[in-house]
Amino acid sequence: MKQKKWPEAWHEVTPGCMVFTPGSASTYKTGSWRAQRPIYDNKKCIKCGICYLFCPEGCISETAEGFFEANLDYCKGCGICAHECWPQAIAMIEEEV
Amino acid sequence: MGKRIGMEVGIAAAEAVGLCNIDVAAVYPITPQSHIAEHLSDIVHDGRIDAEFITVESEHSSISACAGASATGARVYTATSSQGLMYMHEILPIVSAMRLPVVMGNANRAVSGPLNIWNDHTDIMPQRDSGWIVMHAENGQEVIDMTIQSFKIAEHADVMLPTVLNMDGFQLTHMIEPLEFPTQAEVNKFLPDRVPYATLHPDKPMSMGCFNMPEIFTETLKAKDTALINSKKTIVKIWNEWEKQFGRAYKPVETYKTKGADTMILTMGSMGETASVAVDELRKAGKPIGLVKLRLWRPFPLEELRMAIKGCKTLIVMDRAVSFGGAGGPMATEIKSLLFHDKDRPRIVDFIMGLGGRDVTVENFIDMVMRAGKKKDESYEYYGVRE
Amino acid sequence: MIEVRWHGRGGQGAVTSVELLALAAIEEGKYAQGFPAFGPERRGAPVMAYNRISEKPIKIRSGIYHPDVVVVLDPSLIGLVNVTDGLKPGGLLVINTAKPAKDLRDKLKYTGNLATVDATHIAREELGVPIANTTMIGAVLKATKVLKFESLDAPIEERFGRIAARNKKALKRAYDNVKIAK
Repeated sequence: MKQKKWPEAWHEVTPGCMVFTPGSASTYKTGSWRAQRPIYDNKKCIKCGICYLFCPEGCISETAEGFFEANLDYCKGCGICAHECWPQAIAMIEEEV
Repeated sequence: MGKRIGMEVGIAAAEAVGLCNIDVAAVYPITPQSHIAEHLSDIVHDGRIDAEFITVESEHSSISACAGASATGARVYTATSSQGLMYMHEILPIVSAMRLPVVMGNANRAVSGPLNIWNDHTDIMPQRDSGWIVMHAENGQEVIDMTIQSFKIAEHADVMLPTVLNMDGFQLTHMIEPLEFPTQAEVNKFLPDRVPYATLHPDKPMSMGCFNMPEIFTETLKAKDTALINSKKTIVKIWNEWEKQFGRAYKPVETYKTKGADTMILTMGSMGETASVAVDELRKAGKPIGLVKLRLWRPFPLEELRMAIKGCKTLIVMDRAVSFGGAGGPMATEIKSLLFHDKDRPRIVDFIMGLGGRDVTVENFIDMVMRAGKKKDESYEYYGVRE
Repeated sequence: MIEVRWHGRGGQGAVTSVELLALAAIEEGKYAQGFPAFGPERRGAPVMAYNRISEKPIKIRSGIYHPDVVVVLDPSLIGLVNVTDGLKPGGLLVINTAKPAKDLRDKLKYTGNLATVDATHIAREELGVPIANTTMIGAVLKATKVLKFESLDAPIEERFGRIAARNKKALKRAYDNVKIAK
C-alpha cells in the first residue's frame, strides 16, 4: 500500500505521532514567505562566515570559492545576515510583486 | 454603566484585574494567555496600580508565590494555560487545602502531546479534583465581570477557596469585541478589601500548610469538600449582588430556549454562543431544542442542572476534553453519574468535539443534534474524526 | 451581518486592520468581532484575519468560511493562497494592486465584484513604508459602505498617535481613489 505523505484518518497516525522521515521540515519551503531577499556583493565579502552562523533558518551555505549564498527555497528574508555582515556585503532588496 | 468599547478580551482580563486593587501578581507567560501576563505587567509598571509583579521562572513558581503572598493576607492573581496549568498541578490542591483565596485566569488550551496551542478544555479537566472553584466565561463581558467577581467569591468568609476562571484560548483571549467596563468607583463599591481569616506575620506566629496524620486526614478532606460544596450558596449570593448593582445576571446553569424542549445541548465555555445560533435555526425549523450552559463546574450545580433539564429526554453533552481509557468526556461522565438514580433522567449522548482548536460551527452543532437522534448506544463519540 | 476575510503576510498589519475596523464599528454602536487566524506569529508568512460586523449582538464564534468581503493586502499572495475561497456569490473582492482590474480578473478567473487600489504606492508616499493595512481600510469603507468614514478617526488616533494624521491621509486617498467594478 502506498505510504501517504501525512496521516489523515485516526488509525493512520503513527504511535506517539512519531515522524520517521528525517529532515521532513525541508519539504516546507518557507521561501514563499519572503518580502525581501539578500543579495551578496562578493567584492566586499571577506569570507568570515558570520552570515552562515547567524542565519536562523540555516539556509546559508558556503560555495566552492568560499563565498556564501542563501538558499532561496527557504530564505524568509529576515535580513539578519545583512545586519550582521561586517563589511556590509549583503543588501536586502524588495521581492518583485 | 459605561458605553461599549472594543478591546481584545485577553487585554480586558488584565484591565479587569487592574480594577481589583490586587497586591501581588505572579505570572509566567504562555500562549494564549501571554497578552494577559504582558498587559498586567504593563499596568503595574506604569504605576496604574500599586502592586508587586513577580516575574517568576515558571508556573510552578507563580502559583507557589501566589500561595505564599496570599498567606500573608495579600490579594493575589495569576494566569496560565495548558502546560502551565499542568505545571502548577501539584500545588493546586495545597492552595485549596490551605484555604487561600488565590484568583486565577486560565486561557483554555490543549494539553500536550502532541504540542498544540489551540483551544479545548483538556487543560482544566485534570484539575477537577483539586478543590478549586472552577468557572467558565462565555464571552468577553463575562471575562471582565467574572474576574472581578472571583476576588469577592474567593475571599468571602464563607468560602475562603481559590478560584479559576476559564476563558477559551484564542477563541476568547484574542478576540476583539464590544465590552463595558465598570468604573473604579463601581468596583470599589462591589469589592471590599480583603479581610483574611489569618495571616502569616512575625508579630502573631502561627503555622500554615502543616503535616497531617492518618488519624485526622479523612476529617480534613471532608471539611475541604464541605467547604467547596457550601461555597455555591455564597457564589449565587454574590452573583445576585452583581446583578443588582450592574444589571447583568449570572447563574450556575444558564438556559436558552429550553421551554418545551425534549432535546437539549449542554455546553461549557464560548462554544455556547455558537450553539445558541444552532438552537435558533433548529427552533425556526420547528424542532423543540434547547441549550443548557454550565457556568459553574466546581462545585457542581446539580440542583440547578436538574431544574434546567426538566422535561428533557435527550441531553447532548459537548465535551471539549476526554478521559482516555475511561467513560468518555468529563462532563457527560459526571452528569451520568450524578443523575444515575433520578428516575426521569434523560438519555445522555456524549460528543467529544473541538479538540486542539478544531473549529465547531453552527452547522456542526445542528449535525450533532441529528446524529444524537440516530445514535443507538451510549458510547462516546469523537465528532468529526476522520476514520 | 457582514463577514470579512483579510489576506496579508505576517508583519504587514492585517491583524491591526481588523482591530481598527472592529473598534470603529463598536464606536458606532454596532457589534463587531476582529480576530486573527490563530497561531504562532510568523513574519512574512501568509496570514488571515477576520471581521464580523452587525447591528445585533454576534453570537457566532467559529471561523469565517463564506465571507461577504475578501481583502488582499499583498498581491504577491495571489496564486500562493486561494484568496477567493468561499467568497459568497455577489460578494466583494478588494485587492491592493498596481495592475488594472482586468489583469487580476484574468489571473483569478474571477467575474464578481472587484475593487482595486494601489495601496502600497499610497502608503509609500504618505507613510514612507510599503505597509498598506490602514490605507486598505479606506478602500474597504468606500466599496462596502459598512461604516461611516469618520468612525475610523478615533481608533487611528488612539493607535498611531504621532503618525495618525499620515495614516488618515493614506486612508482618505484610498477611499477616494479605489476603483470599483461590478
